[in-house]
Formats: sequence, structure tokens, C-alpha cells
Amino acid sequence: MAGNQGGVTRRQEYEKRLRRRSLFVAASSTLAVLLAIVVLVPRAPGWERVQQSFFNAEVIAKTFPKLLNAFLLDVAIFAWSAPLIAVLGLAIALARDVRNPVLYPLRLFGIVYTDIFRGVPVVLVVYLIGFGIPGLGLPRPWNSPYIWGTLALVLTYAAYVAEIFRSGIESVHASQRNAALSLGLSGADAMRFVVLPQAIRRVIPAQMNMLIALQKDVALLSFIGPVEIFRQAGVFKSLLANFTPYVVAAAIFLVVTVPATRLADHLIAKQNRART
Amino acid sequence: MKLRLENLRKSFGDTLVLDDISLDVAEGQMVCLIGASGSGKSTILRCINLLEPLDDGAIWLDGQDIAAPALDPQPIRQRIGIVFQSFNLFPHMTAAENVMLAPRRVHGKSRDALLPEVSALFERFGLGDRMDHYPDQLSGGQQQRVAIVRALAMNPEIMLFDEITSALDPELVGEVLEVLTTLKREGMTMILATHEMDFAQSVADHVCFLDRGRIIEQGHPDKIFDAPTQPRTQDFLSRVLRRR
Repeated sequence: MAGNQGGVTRRQEYEKRLRRRSLFVAASSTLAVLLAIVVLVPRAPGWERVQQSFFNAEVIAKTFPKLLNAFLLDVAIFAWSAPLIAVLGLAIALARDVRNPVLYPLRLFGIVYTDIFRGVPVVLVVYLIGFGIPGLGLPRPWNSPYIWGTLALVLTYAAYVAEIFRSGIESVHASQRNAALSLGLSGADAMRFVVLPQAIRRVIPAQMNMLIALQKDVALLSFIGPVEIFRQAGVFKSLLANFTPYVVAAAIFLVVTVPATRLADHLIAKQNRART
Repeated sequence: MKLRLENLRKSFGDTLVLDDISLDVAEGQMVCLIGASGSGKSTILRCINLLEPLDDGAIWLDGQDIAAPALDPQPIRQRIGIVFQSFNLFPHMTAAENVMLAPRRVHGKSRDALLPEVSALFERFGLGDRMDHYPDQLSGGQQQRVAIVRALAMNPEIMLFDEITSALDPELVGEVLEVLTTLKREGMTMILATHEMDFAQSVADHVCFLDRGRIIEQGHPDKIFDAPTQPRTQDFLSRVLRRR
């Protein structure tokens, strides 16, 4: 019974000591690195100038409210793109899984679609659709860069999202589908009620990562017109001859994407734990 | 005959897995298929349920050839229940939802309409307090009984059981075999692929010994187990029976 007084085993005591030690080492090394940065970087010969043009407190105060306001447009574009991407992505994934020969064109379309939109850089799709379609001389509001820019994002992201859904569908064991069919369910019902619910649950963490990427890529629409945060920062940069607005924009992005990334990592870790 | 298998033949690639299988199953009969792993027991069951296509031969269900290649398998499968070795419950649904899915979708019944019938089934197989549990909250024996209930909820005319106790801990086998005895008493027509020799001998009406895709010997269980005539049957039985 030695070492077991107070409910703490020898092993637990040892691990506690080990934890305390590694915590101390980690804290002191982090502190050392931070200290080095704070002390050494300002000694660099160009620091004054860098600080003036990238971390200018005056510019931050002046531009922050407007940048934050412009960021709301990013959020809005993101908010209406994401559901469209989810629906289209799922539709493409299902199209690639079609077995009926009559619907083969649908399957072929799914394959060609994912090949094309995963193969072209997003910014090119944004340019081609964002400038190309309004160039047809459509009447208002159909010449709006919001619509066509959003479409470009939706088309591109749906291709990636479709592939993730498909990998999820394929990860559900064939015995599940067979069990559903053996009960007399149709193939479509087996997919809808048995395979898809399991597949979607499995790919949620991966799709979270797509959402984070989408949130950032909304800034690409600045190339075709909408004054969202990146373009607004560019306007300020020209106006004030200072790069600080870009740093502010980056900081605003981080405030949203870092928690989202942490959440995605947490979901992945939870899923891995559940599997083992 | 309720079900008649006529000269079934099937191969996977170059391997012949079913070689001229013929078998008659009368209404209310329990037929046990025995034999080593890979002898074709499971394949026969999967072919009857149309989960595997046959290369040749016919399967007559009430005089209809259900193995005809152009036939829509869906209505046939509704008449034939199958239970698998690995349960294959749907893990994202509770036990009750597992059982209700097919009657809801196929017969268009509502949950409320199904509830009395489904609760009665759960109750009958000792699962009354397990309806709202998810599969991973149930023991293997309970999961397998839910799988049986799920198949029964479609009111099948024939039940197929594919080594349904092989994945269970020994102490849970009894509760599942008990279900089979109950079903037999109620007159269900059943075909089992099984390694439970004692059970086959005491409960089955007819036993088939399979070896490399062929039925080597078949007949009443007392004849097969006590006086097998074929050397391979004798050999197989002496190996498995010595172990118990």
C-alpha cells in the first residue's frame, strides 16, 4: 500500500512531476524567444521605418472602423456562398455516384466538373466569370460583380467540397448499404438514410477547413470590384501611403479564422478519439 | 415448396464458390447449412437475398423464379429477411429507428402507427428497455437481437441467418439462439449458416453439409450427425465435434 496514501499512486505522482517540469521548460523557452524578438527587432536599422509604415498607431485608429465595416461585406459574401457550396458540392458528389446508365451524362458531368474547377486557380475563375459574364452586357442587377464573383467562389469550392463528400461516402462500409438493401429499401433510400448521414458526420472536420479557406478567399473578389476589406485596405494604402491597413485587415481575418481553425482541430481530435 | 434452389452456380473470378446447389425448403422448416469457412454457406444466403447475382440456376419462391437476371430485387428482398454475422445495425440510429426505417420508407407507415407493433417485438425478445439505445450502447447479443427484430419488422416470409452467433462472446450465444427457437416454434421458414452444431442437431429439420461449394450430404440432423455416410462429412464432424 506504500505510495497509495491519499488516493495518489506512485505512477500519478511521477507523471505529475514530469508534467510540471515540461510546463516549466516550455514556459521559459517561449519567454526567452519573445524577449529576444522584443529586444532585438527594434534594434534593426530599418525598424523605425517599418514601424511607421506597418504598425502605425495613428493609421490603425483612423482606418480600423472602416476596415471592420468592409469586413462585414466579406462575412456577407461568405454567408451566402457557404450554403450554396454545400448544396452544390453534395449534388456533384451524388452525381459521381450514380449507377443508372440513363443518368451517365450526369456522372460524366460530375467528373469533368471536379477536374476543371480543381485544376484552375480560384483567382482565374473569379476573373473569367467576374469580368466575362457581366461583359455580355446584362441589365442591372445581373451585371453585379457580387453575383458573378460569388458564383465563381461557389463553383470552385463546390468541386473540392464534392470530393470530400465523396471520400466520406466511400468510407462507409458496403455492408451498411447491403443491410439497408436487404430490408427492401431502394438504393436512393439506402443512400439518403443510411450512407449519407454517416458520411457527412465523418467529413465535418474536413469541411470546416474548407470553410476557413473560403473565408479568406472571399478577398479575391476585390479584384473584380466589390469594396471588401482587402480592397478597402488598398484604398487606404494609396490614400495614406502606408501599409498599416493591410496589417489591420490581416488581424481582422485572424480574429475569425483562428477560433474556427481551433474548432476544426478540436472536432478532428474528437473524431480520432471516438474511432480508437 | 416454399423455396426451391435449383442448380445454383456462382464463381468469384476463377474460383467456383457454388457448384450445382439444389435444395428444397418447405414452409415452416428450419434448414441448417454447415461446413468449413469458405464452403459457400454465406454465399448461398446472400444469393437468396439477391445481394449477390448468380451465374446460373434458379431460385423459386412460391413458384416465382426470383433469380431471373432482369428482376427488380427490391420487392423480393422485402419478403426475405437476412441477419448478418456482424449485425450491421445503422450506428447513427437508435434501436427503434433501425427497426422502423424500412417499414416507414417501404410501407409508408408513420412512426406512431408502427410504435405498438415495434414495441411488442422489442418486448418479445427481451429488449423492451433498449428501444432508445444506440447500437454502441448495446451488448453484442442485444445488437444481434435488434438486427433480428429489424428484419422481422418487415414481416418476411423467410428468414436467413448468416452465422449470427459467430461474432458473439460465448456467454451471449444462448440468448440469440433462443430467439431462433422461438421463431421456429411460431412457424417461421428459416435457413441458417451456422457453426453451432449442438443447436443444428437439436432444432433443425434438415441439415446440409457443404464442402468447396457443393452440398456433399443432406438429410435429417440425426442422420447427418450420428451416421454420416460421406468421408468428408465424417472428417469435418469428427474435427468440430471433438472440440466441444
